[in-house]
Amino acid sequence: MTLYRPEQDRPDAAKQWKAPAPLKSDVVIVGGGMAGLTLAAALGGVGLGVVVVDTQAEEVKTAAPYDGRTSAIAHGSMRVLKGIGLWQRLAGEAEPILDIRVSDGGSRLFLHYDHRDIGNDPLGYIVENTAIRRALHAHLAGLPSVRVLAPARVTALDRSRNFARATLEDGRTISAALAVAADGRSSPTRRAAGIAVTQWRYGQTSLVCTVAHETPHRGVAHERFLPAGPLAVLPMRGQRSSIVWSEHDDVAAAAFALDDRAFTAEIERRFGPWLGSMILVGGRWRYPLALAHAERYVADRLALLGDAAHAIHPIAGQGFNLGLRDVAVLAEVVVDAIRLGLDPGDAQALARYERWRSFDSMALVAATDALNRLFSAGFPPLRLARTLGLAMVDRLPPLKRFFMRDAMGVVGDLPRLARGEAL
Amino acid sequence: MPAALRPTVDDAEIAKFVALAHAWWDPNGAYRPLHKLNPVRLGFLRDALAAHFGRDARAARPLAGLRLVDIGCGGGILSEPLCRLGAEVIGIDAAAENIAAAEAHACELGLDVRYRATTAEELAAEGACFDAVISMEVIEHVADLGAFLAAACALVRPGGAMALATLNRTLKSLALGVVAAEYVLGWLPRGTHDWKRFVRPSELARHLRANGLAPKTLAGVGYNPISDSWAITPDLGVNYMVFATKSA
Repeated sequence: MTLYRPEQDRPDAAKQWKAPAPLKSDVVIVGGGMAGLTLAAALGGVGLGVVVVDTQAEEVKTAAPYDGRTSAIAHGSMRVLKGIGLWQRLAGEAEPILDIRVSDGGSRLFLHYDHRDIGNDPLGYIVENTAIRRALHAHLAGLPSVRVLAPARVTALDRSRNFARATLEDGRTISAALAVAADGRSSPTRRAAGIAVTQWRYGQTSLVCTVAHETPHRGVAHERFLPAGPLAVLPMRGQRSSIVWSEHDDVAAAAFALDDRAFTAEIERRFGPWLGSMILVGGRWRYPLALAHAERYVADRLALLGDAAHAIHPIAGQGFNLGLRDVAVLAEVVVDAIRLGLDPGDAQALARYERWRSFDSMALVAATDALNRLFSAGFPPLRLARTLGLAMVDRLPPLKRFFMRDAMGVVGDLPRLARGEAL
Repeated sequence: MPAALRPTVDDAEIAKFVALAHAWWDPNGAYRPLHKLNPVRLGFLRDALAAHFGRDARAARPLAGLRLVDIGCGGGILSEPLCRLGAEVIGIDAAAENIAAAEAHACELGLDVRYRATTAEELAAEGACFDAVISMEVIEHVADLGAFLAAACALVRPGGAMALATLNRTLKSLALGVVAAEYVLGWLPRGTHDWKRFVRPSELARHLRANGLAPKTLAGVGYNPISDSWAITPDLGVNYMVFATKSA
């Protein structure tokens, strides 16, 4: 792949400023979270020059206390990771989801998704975020065209018609044809670019932990919609499950303050007897729930990726899946542009990324928000409606299969990586 | 380097060419229609040239080492990508200010494209010769089509190729290419095109054969308003491209 040279060396200017020699690359990614690093792996895998800048050192981000969450990786996302060469590193750490049971508060009606309804593939996989981060760093270390600068902070991002230039706190500069903002839901890069965000808080907090339990989970993921918010119990490797328990902020704060035994007792009380008694493994984390959607996904020489573009309610386990779709689409439009001799930050390529992604993610943002509001409502007619709704979907196999395939990330206008093809 | 960029020339002149380069390269500016057409043109050129010269179109630099001339290069919108695909490109344009603008842009990006303010006729008179001659959206503007194509064809080496893009002379092209593009949608300045100068594929093929080239591929180019992009279509009624080769 051609390495793009955004500008010529200007020895005079360098002397004047006494700055270190500027780094040059095809793409500079601001933010080395899971989405940003996966994009670096995708682009670096086909030989593009990539520099990733992250504020935290690798040792910090891959240590267990940094992130106690797991990611539900849909089948289509698994294909994306496979196409990039990452799944090979993760398969041994992933627990297949064979069955999803959705249940509603006091009602006994279930929405039951069995993977055998649509074929032999698991519905998805549960992987610990820490395992994903370690696999990403290990993979990137083997890609010669990718550099990760961390800890380092971008203090300015100048964008002109022909290139973007990131200036770091230590005075280094990186010029590239394309800058990617992958710096999370509060993305300082997005803010500096003047891209507005629609966001709201739910007044809810998610409590996250891992538990070991008496009874095997048999690959079943549970989502229980309780009046205050959903409780997800997701199967992990070993006889463990990942708990994502969403509560009103005040209740969550009180629960978080309980000792370990009382905390797991609260989870058992809400979840029911299916897994027997539970023991906390490792730490506990809490994350306030908020939804954010950027009004634009691109600007001159800039693309927003992952949570910087759209941070959704974790109710459907789709956050990282959306990020991976962004990665697959952005990598595809950039590679297509380069194969035509256009530059990686070509305005038409970015417009294509925005058109392709914004509909998909807006639909999911709206759907997960609606789902949360519907299931969090205590109003009896709503309860009846949602109970009947769940039962109806369960009795209409074609409709259910469609919902399942969508949740698996295998419908719609898919990028090559999500179809299992090479980039 | 053309006269306009030599250090002796005053800053105001240079500023003018930089401004013109910015106009050429503004994806949403006056040349937006050309930027929109570029991907489909480049895909056609890459695939046809790779097939003819026995290259892998999916390689990193499929056109490596091929000497190309881009006649009517304007600000270099087509020349620069062809250079990135590995070709040695010379862009020529009769308008010296376009050449200065194209040079300013290639210089800013560090791309090794050569530009010259000259015409196909002058280049042919010098005896220049290329692996492939490319001229996109030019022939519908030339005063003497026969003389232009004779010169352009003379620039193709034996065994080489030529690629042209233009507009067909049909009622559909009058409606879409002139009335809609210039008067309804305002994509192009009014008076950009004189429909009477549009060239039918049969007329073009006759000229090419008379100059020793054999037309190999004809492809229509159609606009999809939903995706706001252009794609290859079998319909030659409005925009079309032709790829022709000279026997060795």
